[in-house]
Amino acid sequence: MASQRTIEIWVGVFVAAGLAALMVLALQIAGLTELRQPPGYQVTAYFDNVGGLREKAPVNMAGVRVGRVETIELDTESYQARVVLRIDERYNRIPNDTAAAIYTAGLLGEQYVGLEAGWDDEPLAAGGRIGDTQSAVVLERIIGQFLTGMGD
Amino acid sequence: MTDFVAALGQRTLFGLQGVGRAVLLMARLLAGVPAALRRPRLIIEQVYAVGVLSMVIIVVSSLFVGMVLALQGYYTLVDFGAAESVGTLVALSLVRELGPVVTALLFAGRAGSSLTAEVGLMKATEQLSSMEMMAVDPEKRILVPRFIASFVSVPLLAAVFSAVGVLGGYLVAVGMIGIDAGSFWSNMQASVTVRDDILNGVIKSVAFGFVAGWIALHKGYEAEPTSLGVSRATTMGVVHASLVVLGLDFLLTALMFD
Repeated sequence: MASQRTIEIWVGVFVAAGLAALMVLALQIAGLTELRQPPGYQVTAYFDNVGGLREKAPVNMAGVRVGRVETIELDTESYQARVVLRIDERYNRIPNDTAAAIYTAGLLGEQYVGLEAGWDDEPLAAGGRIGDTQSAVVLERIIGQFLTGMGD
Repeated sequence: MTDFVAALGQRTLFGLQGVGRAVLLMARLLAGVPAALRRPRLIIEQVYAVGVLSMVIIVVSSLFVGMVLALQGYYTLVDFGAAESVGTLVALSLVRELGPVVTALLFAGRAGSSLTAEVGLMKATEQLSSMEMMAVDPEKRILVPRFIASFVSVPLLAAVFSAVGVLGGYLVAVGMIGIDAGSFWSNMQASVTVRDDILNGVIKSVAFGFVAGWIALHKGYEAEPTSLGVSRATTMGVVHASLVVLGLDFLLTALMFD
């Protein structure tokens, strides 16, 4: 049996190793996504149908990730989906007449919001609203339309 | 016929009594925790015995588990053109499931068995009774520090398991298969979250350490004071602790990731 002092040292090393492993898990493996949230601003967009869009889904512009979806809820006035997007602070020069659409990455992949830059000189303000939106493509609806179109 | 029914009833009652005694023991162990914290030296000795001495088996097995996960995941994912997601697969499987569960199973086998055997032997050689004779409560002096050491050590061991496992997966995915290191990490970081995945994994491992320590100590404390009784208690301790850990894992997973 090792002496009391050696035991204490080894236990100290053990606890330090365990805590270090937890830090590695949080920093390297999870990338600390919640705590290291980049500063950003919110904009709102109303969609007729969000399809399979989820919260935390990426928001891309020209294929570059500029933010993420913060909340999705039903607007009980217009019965549209109210989607709040969080855009990173460094992309604060997005034109006011930017259009938003919901796309699917690949055929079966995750859905994301794609922004199409407009021509307006005025930038989209924090808390602003994206007017021009295009809903998600719902495959069943297209198939349904195709089938009824076949019948005519 | 009545004999058979009577035997069935007797067995059931006997089993229920065992469960009841185990729950009462847990209540007494929990009640003893605050007092035991004032004597950290006893706990440190036990953390050394159950935690530090389990490090080697945890590090070695997690390295291989991570490497196998990466290989198997790659073979499946490459058919779907998603080989870059192998990092996500390895990290999520380890952090959510394999880290806490495999650590608890290894802990039950490596440390739980020695706890049961030690306490059982103390009982068989009447060390526990002689402590009582000296007005030392054997539950507070022997069982509680071992119990605390179990649920302190298992979360730390599980964290080491997950971290080393991801390292093993990295070595295979990046070093052997040749997946780009950048996309390995960025895919992983995009889908693993601190609260939903890592924190839930830690909660699981604390619960497992709790259960593994409690069952091991209960079996040892209840062991028949003979050499056969101690050996039987050791086997049953490992078997029961493993089964309860797996069952509890299903329950916790269903509650956490709904």
